[in-house]
Amino acid sequence: MSPFETFIQQLINGLSIGMIYALIALGYTMVYGIIQLINFAHGEIFILGAFFALFVFSFLGSFVPLNNIVTIIIMFAAAMAGCGLLGVIIERVAYRPLRKAPRLACLITAIGVSFILQNLMMIVWGPIDKSFPVFFKHVVFTVGALRITFMQGFIIITSLLLMISLHFFVRRTMLGKALRATSEDMVAARLMGINVDKVISICFLIGSALAGAGGVMYGMYYTTITFHDGYLVGIKAFTAAVIGGIGNVPGAMLGGVALGMLEGLAAGYISSAWKNVFAFLILVLLLLCWPSGILRKFRNE
Amino acid sequence: MSKKNATSGYNRGRLLRTAMTVGMLAILFALPYFNHNEYQLDVLVSAGIFAILVLGLNVMTGYCGLLNLGYAAFFASGAYTYAILNVKYGLSFWVSLPACIISAGALGLVFGSCVLRLKGDYLALVTLGFGEITRIALNNMDGLTGGPNGLTLSHPVIRFANKSFDFGIKSLPYYYLSLLALLVTIIIMRRLSNSRFGRAWIAIKEDEVAAACMGINTGKLKLFAFCIGSAIAGFAGWLFAGKQGFVSPESFDFTTSIMLVAMLVLGGIGSISGAIVGALALTIIPELLRPLQEYRMFLFGAIMIIMMLFRPQGLLGGVRIFEEFRPVSERVRQEEDEVLAEDLKQ
Repeated sequence: MSPFETFIQQLINGLSIGMIYALIALGYTMVYGIIQLINFAHGEIFILGAFFALFVFSFLGSFVPLNNIVTIIIMFAAAMAGCGLLGVIIERVAYRPLRKAPRLACLITAIGVSFILQNLMMIVWGPIDKSFPVFFKHVVFTVGALRITFMQGFIIITSLLLMISLHFFVRRTMLGKALRATSEDMVAARLMGINVDKVISICFLIGSALAGAGGVMYGMYYTTITFHDGYLVGIKAFTAAVIGGIGNVPGAMLGGVALGMLEGLAAGYISSAWKNVFAFLILVLLLLCWPSGILRKFRNE
Repeated sequence: MSKKNATSGYNRGRLLRTAMTVGMLAILFALPYFNHNEYQLDVLVSAGIFAILVLGLNVMTGYCGLLNLGYAAFFASGAYTYAILNVKYGLSFWVSLPACIISAGALGLVFGSCVLRLKGDYLALVTLGFGEITRIALNNMDGLTGGPNGLTLSHPVIRFANKSFDFGIKSLPYYYLSLLALLVTIIIMRRLSNSRFGRAWIAIKEDEVAAACMGINTGKLKLFAFCIGSAIAGFAGWLFAGKQGFVSPESFDFTTSIMLVAMLVLGGIGSISGAIVGALALTIIPELLRPLQEYRMFLFGAIMIIMMLFRPQGLLGGVRIFEEFRPVSERVRQEEDEVLAEDLKQ
């Protein structure tokens, strides 16, 4: 393998995890864009998606033998539906009553929700690593010396599809328009007859569903999951959202991919022990030098 | 006549408050004589250390409005300064105290001077990143910090004339030490919050532009708040390392930083008694829930949510905080009602 090919290989490895970051980052950025809340429970929702899928998998496996593709689709559907619903419930119970309270109060309830979810997962699924089913283990595409596993290809393509559909939803539908209006100015949106509470619920629904999908992919990619995986991946996804300019939907996609690739390169060329420092170093440096993110128009704070 | 009454009322209030303070202190100092439970004392020591930390965080977040999500990094710098000085250079607990405070304060000063041009959530995020970087760095710099295994320290010893008293592993000496440290911190905080600095900080928090117009050097004062806050964290870190006899990066993770913010907000942001009550509540509640085993943190999360839903201004939020927490529309409506009532009268 030539040095250049190694470089590309690292990029591809980084791209697949970056896509997962991007999916989670979308939820952070959408929620922040509308209610200016750092939703600390989002990382937990993400890993809960993986657990939902695992549950459905073992449940189905005990009844009917299904082929791989159908199983994957059912797992995704279950995770996305479960997480989306959960996101809406959390917003309804923990954030909506505090809509008019200062933002720090919401931050604390978000932390409370995160504690609850994390411990719920520990109680239900136990504190040890759970192994996640692997599909198409031996399918590997090779281009020259480059190797792309089925899972990597699957993650990249599925995430792209999800992101493109989200983009169309936000840009082309009435609800998307309402979403953008609400994030621009909540009071004015309400005056224009937009049901702001409904828009916020939808925003949590979509963000959490995407995180759930990300969770399933994470489980398939790393093959083991534990209840506290959500925390670090959640923070990194948040970093990705900041890189792209928080509140900005295409920015979150770009930020996730950029972070994943940079992390892949750092792990490959520098050292994997310092890999996580790298993500946070980017966060700090970026905020200091370029606080508006890659894609955000300059906005005077 | 009325003036005299007012003065005596003031004196009576002051007398009552002094009596209450003395009574509370007496109870706190006498507590170990009535309660020999080692575990309960240990929890109280932790609560005391957390109270000092929350008081420090209160300077940044409560007075000056600078949300810090990486406060554990400054806590760690105090603890590790003592640990390294003790393990590598054999310095004693007491001798390292100034070094711990200065190193944490200096860290706050340097970090603050880099990041304080950021505001609001951006500042919070940079501090979050800094906190994580510090923890991972502590984990990876095996040569200096012992990596994930941490460092084991010697116990504090007091030498007086030719007698010596070893603090050992019992909680009792640490109880008195942390009580004393907490008292010192409370006195400093009280002096600070009523000083020019304290008032200027609150002015900056309320409205930075207006504060600058009043001639407050906002940049310098924010930096000062950051520096004081981190120095206090260093002080608490020194105490923590001495009490544990062991430091490892685990104690200074993101959860610690978040818990500190939660203590501050739950107690009532910007108030000294609130900070202490918050620290006590969030240290003691999880311990009380221990019999519930794995359902403990689950219930703890639920309690946090419920407390916030019913009292978003915190348990002991003052009048100023209450005003701040009242939604703007409600305040405006009330003002409008008052104006309307006056118009109607005419």
